[in-house]
Amino acid sequence: MTKPDLPDPPAGAAAARPVDPRLLEILVCPLTRQGLRYDPVRNELISEAAGLAYPIRDGIPIMLPDEARPLGP
Amino acid sequence: MTEAPVIFDRRAVRRQRERAAVRIGEVELLGDLAARLIERLDDTTRRFSRALDLGGRGVVAPLLRGRGIAVVAGDISPRMAARSGPPCLALDEECLPFAPGSFDLVIASLSLHWVNDLPGALIQIRRALAPGGLFLASLPAAGTLGELRSALLGAEAALSAGAAPRIAPFPDLRDCAGLLQRAGFALPVADVAEIALLYADPWDLLRDLRDAGEANALAARSRRVPRRALFSTALAALPTEAGRVRATLRLAVLTGWAPDGPLASFGGAAYGGR
Repeated sequence: MTKPDLPDPPAGAAAARPVDPRLLEILVCPLTRQGLRYDPVRNELISEAAGLAYPIRDGIPIMLPDEARPLGP
Repeated sequence: MTEAPVIFDRRAVRRQRERAAVRIGEVELLGDLAARLIERLDDTTRRFSRALDLGGRGVVAPLLRGRGIAVVAGDISPRMAARSGPPCLALDEECLPFAPGSFDLVIASLSLHWVNDLPGALIQIRRALAPGGLFLASLPAAGTLGELRSALLGAEAALSAGAAPRIAPFPDLRDCAGLLQRAGFALPVADVAEIALLYADPWDLLRDLRDAGEANALAARSRRVPRRALFSTALAALPTEAGRVRATLRLAVLTGWAPDGPLASFGGAAYGGR
């Protein structure tokens, strides 16, 4: 990770708050309109079709393509 | 797809809403206007159970939840979205991340006027609605902040050569109804009410606009920090009523229904009936 000096947040801390399950049922990739896969380890919503991972910060999915992480090859 | 003209700087819109999220609770007007919009739900006997609140800034979602409606709140600014409480998310109104038919109500209280591609946004909203679902929105129509617009233009012309755009262009009421129809909504209706905003201290008008996340986000805006003299001169030129300066909000309210099966061309969902 990018901040090695910081201790890991305790389990259930705000930084790792998971996505609201009510959102998982209705969210799609804004670019491809395809379904998303939730990655609980990285706490991201993966769009395989777009090759993007949308971050979830403080439990809030950031469904902005500008802020998504490109998936590796 | 045709590219919509870029009138608004969406990054600036987002930045301003991020900043405004801190102080927005102080803008009483937003809550009043949201309540006024949501009262329109009483005009229909239809009951709603799952709503999308677009850009409600923390004032729309509680009102809907108070009516027993489950609400998902979205805003281009994550911090502003969080004001509505969970479930909420950051989204771009120009590319909505929802499966078709996810909601039976979409509400946008004074939030769609910073969208570049309004026709595209309306089509996506219609698709996010289940058949028979309602879209209800308010937005400032042409004529809004007309006094401030001319005062700023006059002041800037007097103080310097030329003038940069400082007030956004707002859609005409007729455009609104036409856009709803073109986006495939049944029974599209747009009406407008003129609301006079009166301020004892004219600077409070500018503070309210800023605190509501409504500062200038025009792509063609002047990047130079405006001189205080410019705003002083402009504010002094605003018309007054009983010692208070007047700014006009021409509030357009838009309603349209997602077509409901084969009866869609007749309006489908009953407005005031069924």
